[in-house]
Amino acid sequence: MTNTVNNVLLVQNISKRYVGIQALDNVSIDFKKGETHALVGENGAGKSTLIKIISGAEVPDSGNLVFEDKSFDKMTPHLAQSVGVATIYQEFNLFPTLSVAENIFMGDETLSNRKRYFYNKKEYIDKAKKVLDSMKININPLELIENLTTAKMQLVEIAKAIAKNAKILIMDEPTAPLSTKETEDLFELVGRLKQQGVTIIYISHRLDELYRISDRVTVLRDGKKIITTKTEDIKRQELIYHMANRKVEEIEFESTWEKGDVALEAQGLCGNGLKDISFKVRCGEILGIGGLLGAGRTELARLLFGADKAESGKIFVHGKQVEIKNPENAVSFGIAYVPEDRKHHGVILSLPINWNITLPILRRISKKGFYKKKEESTIVDTLKNTLQIKAASVKQNVESLSGGNQQKVVLAKWLASKPSILILDEPTRGVDVNAKQEIYNLIGEFAKQGIAIIFISSEMDELLNISDRLMVLNEKRMVGFLEKNEFSQRTVLSMASGIC
Amino acid sequence: MELKLTNFVKQYAIIIVLIALIAVFSILSPAFSTINNAMNIIRQISVMGIVAVGFTFVLIGGGLDLSVGSQIAIMNVSVALMIVEHGVNPILAVIIGIVMTTVIGFFNGYMITKTGIPPLIATLAMMTALRGVTFIMSKGYPIYGIPDYLKVIGQGNIYKIPVQGIIMAGIIVLGIILLNKTYIGRHFYALGSNTEATRLAGINIHFTRTTTYTLLGFLTGIAGLVMLTRVGSGQPNIANGFELNVLTAAVLGGVSVNGGKGNIPGAIVGTAIIGVLNNGMSIIGANDYWQKVITGIVLFVVVVFDSISQSKRKA
Repeated sequence: MTNTVNNVLLVQNISKRYVGIQALDNVSIDFKKGETHALVGENGAGKSTLIKIISGAEVPDSGNLVFEDKSFDKMTPHLAQSVGVATIYQEFNLFPTLSVAENIFMGDETLSNRKRYFYNKKEYIDKAKKVLDSMKININPLELIENLTTAKMQLVEIAKAIAKNAKILIMDEPTAPLSTKETEDLFELVGRLKQQGVTIIYISHRLDELYRISDRVTVLRDGKKIITTKTEDIKRQELIYHMANRKVEEIEFESTWEKGDVALEAQGLCGNGLKDISFKVRCGEILGIGGLLGAGRTELARLLFGADKAESGKIFVHGKQVEIKNPENAVSFGIAYVPEDRKHHGVILSLPINWNITLPILRRISKKGFYKKKEESTIVDTLKNTLQIKAASVKQNVESLSGGNQQKVVLAKWLASKPSILILDEPTRGVDVNAKQEIYNLIGEFAKQGIAIIFISSEMDELLNISDRLMVLNEKRMVGFLEKNEFSQRTVLSMASGIC
Repeated sequence: MELKLTNFVKQYAIIIVLIALIAVFSILSPAFSTINNAMNIIRQISVMGIVAVGFTFVLIGGGLDLSVGSQIAIMNVSVALMIVEHGVNPILAVIIGIVMTTVIGFFNGYMITKTGIPPLIATLAMMTALRGVTFIMSKGYPIYGIPDYLKVIGQGNIYKIPVQGIIMAGIIVLGIILLNKTYIGRHFYALGSNTEATRLAGINIHFTRTTTYTLLGFLTGIAGLVMLTRVGSGQPNIANGFELNVLTAAVLGGVSVNGGKGNIPGAIVGTAIIGVLNNGMSIIGANDYWQKVITGIVLFVVVVFDSISQSKRKA
């Protein structure tokens, strides 16, 4: 089969099998020059495997890849680079203690003079400047990576790809760590790259984004290609149907249950950069916290949990003033915290599921230092069932679970501690459509049981749907509160950006 | 299931190495495979085995302690000085000595957890300073005059079994129970696997970390007592380089220097391998230096094997 000029990459009949799982099953997709092609599917649908095969990190069992007019039955990372594939993973491949310029040209042999061992620093910087200018981004090439914001690091990753004349740019969940403004900037950049003829393969769980920036979309499910179509031709519900192979009710959420007494109250809380935060949450109430990235949402959560120290202000738990000096105190007052960074702060990846779940309460279920084994396994089994954690055994290490199931382990661990106040920081990040829905249902369930919930999310949809009330932050200060009947994306955004 | 099998093989691979070594030495010399020599080996490894239990706690908790050798030296010299020069009741002197190493361990742990100094550096400083103090106290000379009834601990037997071996066995059992049956043991694993996640689970990481070092200090004190009563004098130069032997034993036995992984039986098998190597090599009349060469090679091979089997699992 020959390639038409139009196609920059043809994926032909690719299959890949891991032990026990058919990760990809005879998948064929065409990628056109200069298009933004979205790749969607639930966790485990085969998106990552496909990307790995295109970028040479994995070898397919059968099938081939056609880049322009050259056909390959397998790739290597080096080969992929030379035919113009660049991949930006969620975890960046940057050297934190080196400069932007050095990172952009790391491994670029044309710049290191073969006759000398020294490189020409000026040449590096000039070239880096050129690349950054062409992208219309304002970063000093001499700045060290570790001093940059996440959004800028991502731009450096893209600059690396541009510097290598990438024809195909693969982006895995690029907007996950970005604020609304930064996301807009990224989309603008994507638009410009498209005009320059770069093909973008875009992976995201956020459907809104796909509709905004992609030209075509391919749905994968259980390793098979379900459909490739123009994005404008497919409705959102239909897309979800293809991904899940069943109708998933999108968040329908109404908290009709009674709200109880005030569970947590903060008065004039300062610290961690935050200034003068005051609010109340009732038992059974879900208080959403809105704001842009950097507005101080996570900082507030960490203050309330004692992960960082408060400078001044008062905290009351069930009407009693308490001093929360560290997480240990917070847990003893019945506060639980599901952190934003699941893999580093939420779970301990290298330890088994059951150890993770009982970590906060093991001491409580011990007698004279010896933990009660039976009680531990009863607790773990009950929670595994209620939360439907999908694992063959609770003795399995958490790292072997999917993102959604890992998040359920974090929820299970805090449920075990029977909290009366639950702080959720981005609980659905990197979790697929189905697991998201399950997590929403669980949150509702917790609230119904009378747990006061503080809910932080960057996804406007879920924030507005789940919360009973909203507190909006802007630049580490409180802007105001919204009642459910006042909720709208526009109000929240204008409050969050400090317009009103 | 597959994972279980490799774990099984790994767990037993190190025992196979031990058995193979015993077999080789038995073939090379009939004097090796006698009950008497087995007891000898136990005598030779008890000090190391006792410390290895505490060392395992510290390593699992993500720490390291290079000062254990110096702790033994300062404990031996101080106890000997108290008994010989100051007329302190020997039993009281021994208790003070053990309290002293426990406090040193506590201090190590407290400094490391509160200031965030890397354990390697903090305990390197401790190791150097303690050794210096030991030499100043003893003016560089050994101190003789340990009463005979104390020497039973380091030299006596009960039904032909060395007393120190019985002490080691008791400590191994207690250590295994602490690590596997109590919440504090579980906290050691959590701490060494991911400190921040452990803190955010509401666990007092300062207490947990300090506990690992304090327990090691206490066990080092017990080992110091065995050492003192075996040698019969306070030697300022004793246990020089001992910390690296214990580290070698623990790593041989699969305890990870990155924290969160390992167990006491492994560390003890590692200790036994070193004991058998040293004993066997000297019985077949090999040069002392060759013992070091072989120990180094065995450590290298075991670690490489471990590393390969791990990277295979990843791919």
